[in-house]
Amino acid sequence: MKLKVLGVAILLMVSCNTKKTDSVAINEVKAEIKVEAPSTDIQGLEIYDFEGLKPFLNEDDDKIHVINFWATWCRPCVKELPYFEALYEKYKDNDVEVVLVSLDFPHQFESKLKPFIKEKQLKSKVIVLDDVDSNSWIPQVDKDWSGSIPATIIYKKGKRSFFERSFTYNELENALKHFLN
Amino acid sequence: MSKTVKLITLACVVLFIGAFTIPSNNVGDGYKIGDIAEDFSLENIDGKMVSLSDYKDAKGFIVTFTCNTCPYAVMYEDRIIALDKKYTPKGYPVIAIMPNNTSIKPGDNMDAMKQRAASKGFTFPYLIDAKQEVFPKFGATRTPHVFILDKTESGLVVEYIGAIDDNYKDASAVNTKYVENAVDALIEGNEVPQKETRAIGCSIKV
Repeated sequence: MKLKVLGVAILLMVSCNTKKTDSVAINEVKAEIKVEAPSTDIQGLEIYDFEGLKPFLNEDDDKIHVINFWATWCRPCVKELPYFEALYEKYKDNDVEVVLVSLDFPHQFESKLKPFIKEKQLKSKVIVLDDVDSNSWIPQVDKDWSGSIPATIIYKKGKRSFFERSFTYNELENALKHFLN
Repeated sequence: MSKTVKLITLACVVLFIGAFTIPSNNVGDGYKIGDIAEDFSLENIDGKMVSLSDYKDAKGFIVTFTCNTCPYAVMYEDRIIALDKKYTPKGYPVIAIMPNNTSIKPGDNMDAMKQRAASKGFTFPYLIDAKQEVFPKFGATRTPHVFILDKTESGLVVEYIGAIDDNYKDASAVNTKYVENAVDALIEGNEVPQKETRAIGCSIKV
């Protein structure tokens, strides 16, 4: 089984230029991909439904996790992305992980999202949440989220903050500092 | 036991952080289910001012915050038109309000609104919240964001807040039509089955 999974992972990595990856396969090989493909690999797109996204929101390690919900069509989101990139660059050695969760529309993955990731040379990990039943998952992300983006979670183990707002770099860094020792 | 302690600690942390976090939007403000909505007077795309009190025969309203520039709102345009066509004869017309600051979103200015309404054939008033004073009263945070009001002796009661349905991508794949279910319930004199729903949308630009 393990061999098979590894095989799929390798296949995915080899073929990701041309092949559209699907969420089931991605879920299966998530662990391997994390190890073998760095977050700077922008060719393949990891696409999840909410069940698949959940682990990213509930990592039980010693890292600070910054999760930003955004989309290429959301202007304030695009405006603040460089701040998340700068934050990641500055704090990645301090056990800070940044995950950019794109809510782009599936019909624009190829035409907009992938070119955007490439053009901006995003260093943070970018994943896609594609789950139409938002009324069921939005409250699970945070009970106070009305559903507008940008929205950001910062958490470390049991400590968690949720922001339904835009950030300047300083505001974002200050929010992170509550989690730094 | 330790899990309980953890939970309590977490709750304290959340409350503590919450106490020092200044909300930057209107989440938590605005109308709640059961509140009485105030009337307003906003400019329509035909240049006339529109108030809810103009609609003497209406039994209520489907107040929809929407705009030209948000892709989610655009994906719902045909469904908003369908709602108006279905429910205006039944006494619940759509009243669309564009809440964005047009200096940030020129694509939502009055000229653009007129063009969009003409090209899509909007059957309902498309009003501009030019002073951005109406959407905060409702507590609208995004486009599209729907508030269903029911006319009663005590005023316009907020009966539903939320999304139009549960599939933004594909109208034919919708499982639950939240707004239709709510209005149908009001017409039948029943309790609205699902009073609040959430959906992804574009933040209102201030």
